[in-house]
Parts: sequence; structure tokens; C-alpha cells
Amino acid sequence: MMNFFNQLSDMIFLAFIVGIPMYAAVKKINVFDSFIDGAKDGFQTAVNLIPYLIAMIVAIGMLKASGFFGLLEQLIRPLLEFFNIPLELIPLIMIRPFSGSAANGILADIIHQFGGDASISKIAATLVGSTETTLYIVAVYFGAINIRHTRYVIAAGILVEIVGVVASLIIGRLLFS
Amino acid sequence: MLNIIWLSMMFTAVFCGLITGNLSKVVAAVTESAKLGFDIAFGLAAIMTLWLGIMRVASDSGLIKKLSRYLQPLLVKIFPDVPAEHPAMGAMVMSISANLLGLGNAATPFGLQAMKELQNLNKKVTSASDAMCMYVLLNVSSLQLIPTSAIAFLAINGSKNPSSIISSTLIASVISTIFAFILARYCSRLNAFKEENL
Repeated sequence: MMNFFNQLSDMIFLAFIVGIPMYAAVKKINVFDSFIDGAKDGFQTAVNLIPYLIAMIVAIGMLKASGFFGLLEQLIRPLLEFFNIPLELIPLIMIRPFSGSAANGILADIIHQFGGDASISKIAATLVGSTETTLYIVAVYFGAINIRHTRYVIAAGILVEIVGVVASLIIGRLLFS
Repeated sequence: MLNIIWLSMMFTAVFCGLITGNLSKVVAAVTESAKLGFDIAFGLAAIMTLWLGIMRVASDSGLIKKLSRYLQPLLVKIFPDVPAEHPAMGAMVMSISANLLGLGNAATPFGLQAMKELQNLNKKVTSASDAMCMYVLLNVSSLQLIPTSAIAFLAINGSKNPSSIISSTLIASVISTIFAFILARYCSRLNAFKEENL
């Protein structure tokens, strides 16, 4: 099973990275020149992003080190207990909007601890799959093009994140327990 | 808004650090995270260079135009301000395809390219257009067909049926995507958020 999915994602990856240039070659495009042209653009965009990335990552790093997420956990614990949400998911839910790699780390930890067939593992996996690193996306996407007024996006993004979390908790419980 | 969030994140960190006695850790985190940010940025630069190169090949070969034709009827309804033939549509098609297929690290470069193209259509360059808000919110709702890395985690830890999370993830992300769409439409029409009132 694992092999199948590893292979599937390899196949999808190769379809993009090799399939597209092959298709272009059939269409008689100078593939190399075309690639270099686009790649230059990509590099430039990435360099423009550095200040925004560092600003966000420093603030998130400070928050993590300060014990903020632990305090937040204690604050919302009664609420989660009331709705019968597994406490093990709290750190995952808290960190998800801030950092994708941290969320993946916590997910791996939960799955490792409870096993691949536990309902909590599957609920956690669903949660990670159906939500995004909202704050990071907003900062980077708007930062890249120098947008200062993001209007309603941040508040709306947090709402969307909450809906995604609640939906995956409910659906996860219906399907896996 | 980002201004306030950034400031309050740092203020909260110092405040919590004082309460919990972790202030020296917070100080250490500043330089560590700055270094980490730089590393991430360079990792991203490598990936962006690669994927936007591939994207240019795809657009020069006419592949994106072809793909767009299938998604266009839908995209034109979601983004009424973006002309059907505009390059922004192509970039959005690429980023949506990468997202659906679970190629997260390709989706970001395509998404950033889409934002750049949307900026070319933007009337007021310092504030987000309706199309940008819609696009970012749809990204945040994370529509995914194959959550490859989560499936791999489950499989490594002895799951007999790791692909069962495909359906649950799809249902949950469809719900949040529909919610994101309705919310973005609604907010764009509110007077308080109107582009011309900023």
C-alpha cells in the first residue's frame, strides 16, 4: 500500500517534470530556452520573498519559544473537553495555521504514538490534509507583490481554517470511529 | 492588518516569555529563526526556479491553454474580474492542478506567479483586489485529491487502509472550500471592504 502511494506520487511528480518538456518538444518548442526564461523569473520572485519569510518565521519562532502555544492550549482545553475533542489534537490544531513543517512533525508523532489504524491518527491526517498554513500563505502571497491592505483576508482565512478543522473532526469521527 | 498581526505576535511572545520564564529562549529564537528563515527562503528559491521553469515550458507549448479550456467555465464564474485569456488564469490553473494532485511544493511557485499576474490587473497596487482575496482564501481552504505525505505517514506506521483518508480529506476540504468561496463573495460585496473605500 505504502509502495503504491509512494509510486503514485513519484509518477505524478515525473508527469510534471518530464512529461511537460516532452509534450513541448513534440510541439517543437525550444524546451531549454523556455525553461531558463521561466526559471529566471522564479528565482527573482523567491529573492523578493526573503524579507517577508524572515519576518514571519522570526515572529513564529519567538511565539513557539515563549510557551505561548502551551498557554493557549490550557485556555481552550475546557472548550475542547466540552465537545469531546481528543486532547492530543490540540497542539496540532494550534500550530497548523502557523507552520506546515511543525504540523507535519506533530502529525507524524501522533501517528507514531497511536499507530496507523487508530481513529485519532486518521482524524489528525484528515485535519492536516484539509487545512493550510493560513498566516504564512497570506503573508507570503501578498508580500510577494507588495500588497499592504489585505482587506478581509486574514479574518476570513482564520474562519475558513476553523471550518476546515471542525469539518475534519466531524467527518473523521463519522468515518473512523 | 499584517502590520498589527506581526507586532502582536512579537509582543505576545515577549509577554508569554515573561510569564513562563522563557524569555531567554525567546531571545535565542530570534536569531535562530532568522537563520532558519533564510534557509527556507533559499530552499524555496531552488524549488521556485525549477517549477516556474517547467511552468514556462508548459505555457509556451500551449499545454496550459488546453488545460485552461476545461477549467475556464468554472474559473470565469469564480473570478469574474479576470479576462478568460489572461496569463493569471493559466497560473491559477497550474496551481489548482498541483494542489489537487498533492504536489504542495509546486503549488506555491504557481500560486505566487498567479498573484503576480493578478497584480497586473489590480487597479490599486497597494491593496488586494477581489480576485486576489478569492484566490488566497481558496488556497487556504486547501482542496486536495491525494494527500500523499499523510498517506505515507499512516502506511509507515502499519495502517492497513491508509487511503481511507482520501475520502475524509476530500469531503472536509470541499466543505471548507465552498465556505471560503461564499465568504469571499460576501465580504467583497460588503461596503466596509469595498476596494474603492480603502
